[in-house]
Parts: sequence; structure tokens; C-alpha cells
Amino acid sequence: MGKRTIIPFGPQHPVLPEPIHLDLVIEDETVVEAIPSIGFIHRGLEKLVEKKEYTEMVYVIERICGICSFGHGWGYCAAVEGLMNVEVPERAEYLRTIWHELSRIHSHLLWLGLMADAFGFESLFMHCWRLRETVLDIFEKTTGGRVIFSVCKLGGVRKDVDNETLAGIVSDLNKMKAGLKEVTDVFISDQSVKNRTLGVGVLTKEKAMEFGAVGPVARASGVLQDIRLTGKGVYEELGFEPVMDTRGDCYARTSVRIREVFQSIDLIAAAAEKIPDGDIAVAVKGNPDGEFILRMEQPRGEAFYYAKGSGSKFLDRMRVRTPTNQNIPALVQMLQGADLADVPVLVLTIDPCISCTER
Amino acid sequence: MSYITKSPWIIHYDGSSCNGCDIEVLACLTPMYDVERFGIINTGNPKHADIFLVTGSINEQNKEVVRQIYEQMPSPKVVVAVGICANSGGIFKECYNILGGVDKVIPVDVYVPGCAARPEAIIDGVVKGLSVLAEKRSAKATVAPDAAAAAEPDELEVPVEPGEANGADKGGA
Repeated sequence: MGKRTIIPFGPQHPVLPEPIHLDLVIEDETVVEAIPSIGFIHRGLEKLVEKKEYTEMVYVIERICGICSFGHGWGYCAAVEGLMNVEVPERAEYLRTIWHELSRIHSHLLWLGLMADAFGFESLFMHCWRLRETVLDIFEKTTGGRVIFSVCKLGGVRKDVDNETLAGIVSDLNKMKAGLKEVTDVFISDQSVKNRTLGVGVLTKEKAMEFGAVGPVARASGVLQDIRLTGKGVYEELGFEPVMDTRGDCYARTSVRIREVFQSIDLIAAAAEKIPDGDIAVAVKGNPDGEFILRMEQPRGEAFYYAKGSGSKFLDRMRVRTPTNQNIPALVQMLQGADLADVPVLVLTIDPCISCTER
Repeated sequence: MSYITKSPWIIHYDGSSCNGCDIEVLACLTPMYDVERFGIINTGNPKHADIFLVTGSINEQNKEVVRQIYEQMPSPKVVVAVGICANSGGIFKECYNILGGVDKVIPVDVYVPGCAARPEAIIDGVVKGLSVLAEKRSAKATVAPDAAAAAEPDELEVPVEPGEANGADKGGA
């Protein structure tokens, strides 16, 4: 048994676009314990409900995170719509689904790039981000923004996308598939990549359940958990089936996300085919009162929205529980017994979004 | 762009941003925008960096981190505040944990607006930063011989003086 040393990791670290700090207790080269400390980007935006009207709060909630910004906006809108018994037009639900799935593609491609960067495959990182620009172009074409686009509003969506443009989007995405396959095949079959991911950071099904892991982390460990299955939105009509794996290692988590990218493209194609004509928004009148709880499947997993109205223009409380928050205990579990050199890969494998976690 | 005669290296720190600007900073480095063709590289080490890109606003927890990164950078150095949060606090200005823009703790040379700041705007900000860097370098070159003649042995003072004078000019810190 070697001497114990504590190595600080972060908050400013080349592998992390965002600050998180880990104290890594190591023995020789093996991590025996990891102690995370967070709070570097805490803004306290939930408390802004006291200062911003419930209609303006959409813009704040969207800025919880710049990657799954649309999903957060949708989650908040759906929670307040639930509070006020607003029936959203079906075309708006379809458009929301399309933008949400586009966000998932963009988020997963971004993650695949960062993952490649974490195990030192710089050109793969570049290729993933090159493909991601296709999705950002679609966002820009349909909403005007690249990463934050404020297109979701209470009662529906702000902008319509005509059926011709939708068909164009689907054909753009289908064209992207060939390049996507070329890039993702490297993650799946390249031996040097497999050396870094196969059997690394195994999270068993029992541990995943015990520590409450969510999203692709849970699904890669064989836990069937996907909020899109619960009937919210139009996923049932699109024939959604969750992507699962059982290995629970970094390879499985990568493979789940890769298959989800392809699945999202198919979901968008199905949605573009089935989208009904009609209004894209209904007027929302009155002030919210009562309590409402809602769950959403974000690219990183289950997010939880709680809204409490007070009968005035200001909500009493808005609470968001984000997926990374749930996955950090699982990460600490994975880090125990890992090699020090694998720490960057393991930290990235949960797809950490610190600005979601700390809000 | 004829004045790009050096390869400036940048260091990026996420203050308390929502990620939107951070991923746009990263997008600048990737094939679509590819600032590496100008010799601009993202480094993780403050002592290698010429330009400090800060996204997001300042809070109690990160103000020391930002100050430390800034102090470790060799002068002349340029700070580019990316996005409205780094400029003034933006949409989060009223949050209890937000102190305000980056200029509350370190002097800022270039302000890049936007929520999220577009890659074109970020590149434009960095290019503006380069001319500030060139100015600071030439200011240092004109100051240095006089100072060196006045006090030969005290060479330590030479690199410090222009940096501080600049800080006071911008009304930061």
C-alpha cells in the first residue's frame, strides 16, 4: 500500500470547459476517493421568480444551460402550462419535439467531441464539432439563434416552420448520416479508442439504481429509465423506443449516446411527416396558482421542474433538478479504483453540465 | 489583419456562464471558424497565455480564481469579456450571488456583447484584443529603455509598471 496523496483537479482545467473541483485522494496511481466541490457558477437564478413575471421567467430558465437551453425552456413552459391548465396546440408540441431532438443531437455531438479530446484524439474532436455545425445551422435557419434561441413561450412556440423547410431539415440530417457514421465508427471499432473506454469506469445496474443515476448513464448500465416513455409530448406517436446497453462502462455510455443521435434523426423525420397543420400558440391569460410537478428527458437525463404559483404575476417558487446533479454520486463511485490518467475520461463520461447543476 | 505578426495564445475561463458562450468559444477553435489558422491556440496554462477570455459574470466563489489566472499571465496581456454576463451581469444581474461583470475584479480591454456571443463576434473581439496587445507591447518598449537607464539593477520594476498603469487607465480593479 502506497502513501496517500491528494491531487486537486480543477476548477480551471484543460479538459473542462466548465469549472468543477475534485480532490482526488490517490494511492500510487489509483484513485481511492474523489471529493467533489461545486459552486463556482452558482447564480441563484431560481430566486429570480420573485423579480421577473412568470412570462419573462422563460428567458431566465432557458439560460440555466446553453446546451439544453431549449429543453429547459420547454420544461418551464410545460410546468406553468400545467399549472394554468393550458392546452397547447398539437403543431406546437410537434415543433417543440423537433427542436428538442435537434438539441439532443447537438448536445451528444458536442459531448462526443469533448470525449475524444479527453482521451487525446484531437482530430476526432474536430470532426464531431464540424458535424455539429449542421445542426446549429438548422437552429439558425428556423429560430435565428445558434445556441440560445428563446423560441418556446407559454402556450406554444414563437415561430412556425413550414412543411417545406421541415422536409429540407430532414434531408440535411439524412445527408449528415454518412459523415456521422464515419466518425462514430471510430468510437465503436477503433482499437486505440476502445483501449480507453472498454471496461473503464464500470457502473453496475445495482449501483446505478442505488446512486440514482439518470439518462444515458443509467441506460448504459441497463436501467430502463427514459421520461420520453411516459407519454409526455408526442413521442408515443413517433414510435419511440429507448436505447439501452448493459455493460455500464465508458464504451457503453458512448455507444448509447451515438445510437441516440441516429434515433433522434429518425424521430425528427417521423415528426416532420406526421406534423398536423394548425395554430402554433394559444393565448395564456390570468395568473398561475397551485403547484405542479413535471419531468422531462433532457439530453443528459431526467430533469424535474416544480412550479408553485401565488395567484399573482410572480411565482412563489420554481425548482429545477437537473440530470448532472443526479449523476455526480455515480461519478464519484466510478472514480474509486480508477487510474489517475483515466480521470478526465471518467469525468466527461457522465456528460457533466455544471451550469445546470449549480444554476 | 496585417498586424497579426505573433501567434496569440488564449486561455478561457467560465465565470458563471450558462455554457452558451463557452461552447461558442470552443466553436471558434473547430473547423467551421478555425482560429488556429491565425496561430490562435487555446491553452490551459495561464503562464502560456496572452489573451484571457472570460465568459459569465463574477461571483463570490470564482472571483479569486479569475484574479489568480489574470495575475499568473505574463504581461503584456489582454482581457476579453465574452457575452453580456461577462460585460455587466446580463440577465443574471439581479441574482443574489452575482457581483457583476468581469471588470469588477480585473481590468477588461475588450467587451464582446451578445447572448450568446456569436463566434464571429468572439473572433472580432480577439482581433481587437490583438491590437490592444500590440499597443501595450509598444508602450512597454518605449517605457523600458528609460526605466532601465534610470535604475539598472531594479529590472523587476520594468515589466510591472506598464501593466499597472493600464489597469488604472481602464478604471478596473
